[in-house]
Amino acid sequence: MTAYRYQQGLTLYRFDNLADVMAKASPLRAGDQLAGVAAITAEQRVVAQRVLADLPLSTFLNEALIPYEDDEVTRLIMDTHDKAAFAPVSHFTVGDFRNWLLCETTTTDMLQDVALGLTPEMVAAVSKIMRNQDLILVAKKCEVVTAFRNTIGLPGRFSTRLQPNHPTDDLNGIAASMFDGLMYGSGDAVIGINPATDNVAQTMRLLSMLDEVIQQYAIPTQSCVLTHVTNTIEAIERGAPVDLVFQSIGGTERTNNSFGVNLSMLQEAREAALSLKRGTVGHNVMYFETGQGSALSANAHHGVDQQTCEVRAYGLARVLDPLLVNTVVGFIGPEYLYDGKQITRAGLEDHFCGKLLGLPMGCDICYTNHAQADQDDMDNLLTLLASAKCQFIMGVPGADDIMLNYQTTSFHDALYIRQLFGYRPAPEFEDWLNRMNIFAEAGDSLLQDSMPANFELALRSIEEDK
Amino acid sequence: MSKIKTTTTITNNPWQSLSAFTDARIALGRAGTSLPTHALLDFQLSHAQAIDAVKAELDTENILSGLNALRYEGQALKILEVESQAGHRQQYLQRPDLGRRLSESDTYTLQQHRREQGYDLAVVIADGLSATAVNQHAVAFVSALVRELSEAECKWAIAPVCLAKQSRVALGDDIAHALRARMVLMVIGERPGLSSPDSVGLYFTWQPQPGCDDAKRNCISNVRPKGLDIKSAAKRCHYLMQEAFTKRLSGVALKDRSDDALLTASAQSDIFLLTNND
Repeated sequence: MTAYRYQQGLTLYRFDNLADVMAKASPLRAGDQLAGVAAITAEQRVVAQRVLADLPLSTFLNEALIPYEDDEVTRLIMDTHDKAAFAPVSHFTVGDFRNWLLCETTTTDMLQDVALGLTPEMVAAVSKIMRNQDLILVAKKCEVVTAFRNTIGLPGRFSTRLQPNHPTDDLNGIAASMFDGLMYGSGDAVIGINPATDNVAQTMRLLSMLDEVIQQYAIPTQSCVLTHVTNTIEAIERGAPVDLVFQSIGGTERTNNSFGVNLSMLQEAREAALSLKRGTVGHNVMYFETGQGSALSANAHHGVDQQTCEVRAYGLARVLDPLLVNTVVGFIGPEYLYDGKQITRAGLEDHFCGKLLGLPMGCDICYTNHAQADQDDMDNLLTLLASAKCQFIMGVPGADDIMLNYQTTSFHDALYIRQLFGYRPAPEFEDWLNRMNIFAEAGDSLLQDSMPANFELALRSIEEDK
Repeated sequence: MSKIKTTTTITNNPWQSLSAFTDARIALGRAGTSLPTHALLDFQLSHAQAIDAVKAELDTENILSGLNALRYEGQALKILEVESQAGHRQQYLQRPDLGRRLSESDTYTLQQHRREQGYDLAVVIADGLSATAVNQHAVAFVSALVRELSEAECKWAIAPVCLAKQSRVALGDDIAHALRARMVLMVIGERPGLSSPDSVGLYFTWQPQPGCDDAKRNCISNVRPKGLDIKSAAKRCHYLMQEAFTKRLSGVALKDRSDDALLTASAQSDIFLLTNND
């Protein structure tokens, strides 16, 4: 392995290897400090960024941060690299690459063409020398369109995952939050439940309820129960109506071991879901969640900084052609992202890196109660990500997930973005909202004051029961 | 003089009745499409309370006196107090690695309680991210579990119960290792939610080792009176630990089939969104 040296004034800086340059060049965050890989001084960080900026992009094809023979994610990245797609940028250094990305002449099409030629490490590297505004501007140029029962990521569109969790998986409790969300126009990315009880029977119960609601009200959206991939495979075998396969993934083989998954397991699950042929306008059947810090948390980071590990997870996601990739940016806690500033930076990096690799990136803009963050920080990141054309965000009632015990974006938050930017939901879902008279097709207000007749009937059934 | 009509600034949601089904913040209404002021300030108050719960300390005295009253196989439970290597709350929050490691002196103490034939189970009561939760529910849970264990045919050799401060889930691995226990059960305060500052998590691991993968653990979460109630949690926990013991494994390989009966008994027709509506 090559060591890297740089003379700055009277100091000769030395970096042990490429991973060390990457880690030292990363904007400050708690997880890298915890891992002992962060820059010690502010000057060392910028020196590392200069070293990084001068490295040819091709360095990352010749030098693996985590050895090829030790890690299946490295093997996947190297083995699936598309040399032809890489050609237009192959002569660039990391610094040149940043300049090229920012050029007005570098168009959406050009970014799409080059995507398969980029490795996660190249993308992570360039993000480290980009400011927040760079991350926003380039991400906005990227366009990623995926589809299942509706189409996500089209220009001018902004989607939401309706997340109607309940601490005991009470079906009426879940239905109540779904009702609330639908009336606020949420749920086109997916209606996805995190089950409190994580077993096959519960998964099947929740799946069949979601399926029945989607069918009865003819909602052009997809459902998902966020259980372990092996549970979903078993649910499919037992005849459950599975739209999307969920799994949390990380950027190293050992991280994924800690989640109890590997590439072949994910491929098997994808095949199983595809065999059900439940998509109507497309066949993207995977839903992945990721988040900086998971590799270190599993003690599986190999001395690589947390942001680079995160982008490697996108490399894994990419070969599985997902409908949605969701970076759950503030969930992991202050030991990895200490405060609102670090959460904001991480959210913008993840979104940019995923988009540049060609992934349908959304963001769970969130924080926990032991982090130094509050609603104002969430508002800031939400607004920035929307301006970067993030594909989707979460929607929970009143921003408070009563099952997972954290705060994420609310149904109201999504409408704030719709007002501010004029973004609309996925077209198929928007048609439904208009037909149901939930959204107003014209006039000053987004929402109608009245309730759709069939929802009113459902509500009346409760009052009759009393 | 013109008067602003206050009644028209908020659009109320006519589905308030659904609040009977969930504690989620539904039917909040809206000012434009934004949160009405009262809902906004309700949220801010809850957030303030949750922040305070993170800072709370373990009420050792109360927990000890509760545990002292318990009997298993006619014997009082032995109880030991231990600490992780995180010295204080601030360090605990920033250094999870220290919260996963047992202090040296406590490692030594636990080693003195080893026995030739080992133990079947080590139970650890840990503050985690909400001492509030543990202060309120840990004793009730452990006594419900002891009842389940007492009623079952199979008897367990139970190690001294540890009361752990500044503890993460993985501290249980160090504790079980020091005691030589074949399984560890962590009863730990979960990070406090806005509407649930008192939620306990249960994590058990078969043959825990220091540095053990999280995939080797099983988790039962949201244990609190308004979530998964304590008696049901103890039943499920006992059932799963028995399964783990019989199959000699835990984690993703151990599937929770305690609910399989529900498959046939599904009360799908009782969901309000799916009734009277064809």
